[in-house]
Amino acid sequence: MSTDYIISKGIDIRLLGDADKTVVDLNAKRFAIKPTDFVGCFPKMLVKEGDEVKVGSPLFYDKYREEVKFTAPVSGRVTSLVRGAKRKLLEIIIESDGKGESVDFGKKSIDSLSREEIIGKMLESGVWPMVKQRPFSVIADPKAKPKSIFVNAFSSVPLAPDYDLLVEGQGEAFQAGIDILAKLTTGKVHLNISGKKTSSKVFLNAGNVQINSFSGPHPAGNTSVHISRLDPINKGETIWYTHVQEVVAIGKLFLNGKADFKRIFAFAGSEVTNPKYYRSYLGACITNMTSGNIKGDNNRFISGNVLTGEKIYKDGFLGYYDYQATVIPEGNYHEFFGWILPGLNKFSASGTFLSKLFKNKKYRLDTNLHGGHRALVMTGKYEKVFPFDIYPMQLLKAIMVEDIELMENLGIYEIDAEDFALCEVIDTSKTEMQKILSEGLDLMRKEMS
Amino acid sequence: MKALRNFLDKQKPQFEKGGKLEKLHSMFDSFETLLFVPDKVTFAGSHIRDAIDMKRTMITVFVSLIPALLFGMWNVGYQHFLSLGQSPDFWTMFFYGFFKLLPIIIVTYGVGLGLEIVFAQIRNHEVNEGFFVSGLLIPMIVPADIPLWQVAIAVAFAVVFGKEVFGGTGMNIVNPALVARAFLFFAYPGNISGDKVWISDKADAFSGATPLGNALVGNFDNMPSVYDMFMGFIPGSVGETSTLMILIGAMILLITGIANWRVMVSVFVGGSVMGLLFNLWGANDYMNLPFYYHLIMGGFAFGAVFMATDPVTAAQTSKGMYYYGFLVGMIAVLIRVFNPAYPEGMMLAILLMNVFAPLIDHYVVESNIKKRLKRLKAVSN
Repeated sequence: MSTDYIISKGIDIRLLGDADKTVVDLNAKRFAIKPTDFVGCFPKMLVKEGDEVKVGSPLFYDKYREEVKFTAPVSGRVTSLVRGAKRKLLEIIIESDGKGESVDFGKKSIDSLSREEIIGKMLESGVWPMVKQRPFSVIADPKAKPKSIFVNAFSSVPLAPDYDLLVEGQGEAFQAGIDILAKLTTGKVHLNISGKKTSSKVFLNAGNVQINSFSGPHPAGNTSVHISRLDPINKGETIWYTHVQEVVAIGKLFLNGKADFKRIFAFAGSEVTNPKYYRSYLGACITNMTSGNIKGDNNRFISGNVLTGEKIYKDGFLGYYDYQATVIPEGNYHEFFGWILPGLNKFSASGTFLSKLFKNKKYRLDTNLHGGHRALVMTGKYEKVFPFDIYPMQLLKAIMVEDIELMENLGIYEIDAEDFALCEVIDTSKTEMQKILSEGLDLMRKEMS
Repeated sequence: MKALRNFLDKQKPQFEKGGKLEKLHSMFDSFETLLFVPDKVTFAGSHIRDAIDMKRTMITVFVSLIPALLFGMWNVGYQHFLSLGQSPDFWTMFFYGFFKLLPIIIVTYGVGLGLEIVFAQIRNHEVNEGFFVSGLLIPMIVPADIPLWQVAIAVAFAVVFGKEVFGGTGMNIVNPALVARAFLFFAYPGNISGDKVWISDKADAFSGATPLGNALVGNFDNMPSVYDMFMGFIPGSVGETSTLMILIGAMILLITGIANWRVMVSVFVGGSVMGLLFNLWGANDYMNLPFYYHLIMGGFAFGAVFMATDPVTAAQTSKGMYYYGFLVGMIAVLIRVFNPAYPEGMMLAILLMNVFAPLIDHYVVESNIKKRLKRLKAVSN
C-alpha cells in the first residue's frame, strides 16, 4: 500500500455547516468563465455578446500563450462580457440552452496517442487550463517537461467537499485521465489521498500512479505539502498538478471525444439552511443554491473555501478551480470590549480565549478582522501552522523588500499563496499575507520570463 | 453600550481627515478601539481571522505580570517594616508598597503612552499596544524609591531612542523596558545600585544588601535561605524577587501560547549550565555557590520569563531561540560571577543578546538557504 505521510504542523478550523452528503441537480441557467481565475493570463476574445456557443467552443485565448484556449462549459449564448476598472475583463457570461451540444474533438484509443497529440487535443478543447504548474501556480506551460505530476484527491480546508463523493461512479473516466497524465511526464504521477477520509475505490484501485496518503491537520491537503514531501521542487524545475474532477474531465475528453465540464459542488457554511452537494457545470451561477436557502441577510458569499476563496455576490459564479461555495456571516459590527471578553465562541489558535477548552467545538465565524493592522510583532507563531522547511516570516519580508535572490533562496518556488492562509488567519498583526505572496510570485514570474 | 457607540460615531468625523480635531486622531482611535473592537472586515485573503489581536496579546502578558506585581507591592512594605524592626498586618504592608508603586506606574504610563500617541499621530498609524506591557515592566524592574523625575526621563528615553527611532513596536532592536532600566543604571547609578536603595525608606542600621550584593563581596553567611529567595522575601527590584510568582506568570504565558517556551527554557538551562561549570571550576566561594541559586537570585527569573521572551527583540527562528536563550542565561551568570562592578548580569546579558539576535537568525536562515542550494546542486549533477 501507500506510504502515509504525517503532517503535524497545522490547524483544523472546524466550522458549522458541513455539506450533507446528498447530491441534487442545480439546474443553473447561467455560467461564467472568469479570466481573473487564471494568474498571468491576458484574455483575447474570440466571441462577442450574442454569439451562440457549443460545449468546447473557444471563448478567448491567452495573449501571451496563444495556444492556451478557454472554451464554453455549456452550450448556449454569450449574454454579456462584464468588465471592471480599466476595462479589465471579469466575466464572460453564457446562458445555457440546456441542449448540451458539443464540439466533436474526435475519439482515438489512448494507447495510440503521442504526447504532442494529447496536449494538442487538450489545448484545443479547453481542458488544458485544468492542469496547473509549480512554481507560480499558473496554467501549465505546454512546452515544459514536468518532472512529475501531482493529483490531489482530498482537501483539508474548512468545510471541504468530500472528494470521494465528487468522483462517485466515474472510475473509468478517472483512470483514463490518469493514463493520459502519465503520458505527459517522464516521471511519476502521484495520487495523494487522505489517510483518514479517503475510502473511494476510484482512488484506492487506481493504476498507473503512485498512491501516497497524507494525514494531519490542514494544510495536509495542500499540493505544496505533497510536493515538499514527495518530490521537492528546485529552481528551474517544473511540476504539474491538478485535482480529481479535472482528471475525470480529461479522461472523458479522450473516452468520448467531447469536452465535458460537469462538476459537483459543495454548498456549505453556517449561514446555509440546507448545506448539500449540487450537480452542474464548471462556472455555474450560485443563485439556485442560495435562493431560499440562506439564513439572515448580512452574509458573505465565497466561491471556494473561507481561507482562499473569492468573494462573490449572491448571484455570482463559481470560480474555474473551485469545488465549493461557502456562506458565512459578515462581521461588520463593533464589539464592546471584545478584546477583553472570555470568548467562548471565538476561534483562536492561541490559548488566550476560553474556547480553547473545547477541542472539538464547531464555530460560526464571521468576517470580522478582530483588530487593527499592526507591525509583525508576534514572531515565531507562524511556524506552528506552516509544515515546510521554509522560514515564513523571513520569506514574507524578503517579498516586501522585493529581494529577488533572497526570495529564491528562501524557497518561494516551493509554495503558493494558499500555503500562507493559515499564517494569515492566526496572525496577530492582521497582515494580508496571501496578497503579499501573490505579489511575490508575480514578481518572480515576470523576472523569470 | 448603544448610547456610547452612538456618541462615538457622532464624534468620529471631527477626528477624521479634514475634521476640527484631526491632530488628535490617533488618540481618539486608540480610545475607540479600546472600547470597541473595530467593525473592519476581511478584504483580501482569508475571509476568517483569529480572534486574537495585539490588544488581547498584550492584556495576556499584563495579566501574567499581576502575581509578581502584587507580591512586589507587598514585599516593598514587608522589607520596609522589617528594616524598622516592625511587623504590621498584611494590608498595611501591601498598601505601603501600593502607594509607593502607584506614582511610578502612573508616571510611566503617562509619559510613555503620551509619546506613543504623538508618534502614532506623526506616522499616521494606529497606536501600538506594545507600551501597555512595557509600562508595567518598567515599574517592576526599578527600586521602589526611584525618584519619579528619573523614571520620566528614562521612559522618554526608552520610548524615543529604544523604540520609535527604529520605527516603533515591532522594529526595535533592544527591549524598551530594559533600555529604560539601563538608562537609569548608567545615568543615575546612585538610585539603582549599591546596598542602600533596595529597601524603601530603610533604617540606616539595617543591611539592605540583596543576595547578589552579598554574593559579590563574598558575604555568604548573610545569604537568605533558598526558600526565602524562591518565595521572594528578599530585597530587590519591585517585581523580580519572587520566583514563585514569576513562574505563575510563566505558566499563564505558556498555556496561552503567547511567550515562546524555547526561549524561556533555554535561558534557565543556560544559567544552570554556566553555574555548574563554575561549580566544577570552583576557584572561589562565588563559583562554589550551588548553581540553582543563580536562578532564584536577583532578576534572573524575571528576565527569563518576561524580558528575554519579547518576540520582537529575541531571536525569531526556532533554532535561533535556543542559542539566544542559552547565551542569555550563560552570560548573565558569567557577568555576576566575574564582573566586580555589576552584581546583576541579567539586564546586560539580555541587552547584549538582543543586539546579537539578528545575527543568530541570520546564520540559522543561512543554513536553511545552504540546504536548499545543496539540494539544487544534487539535482543538476
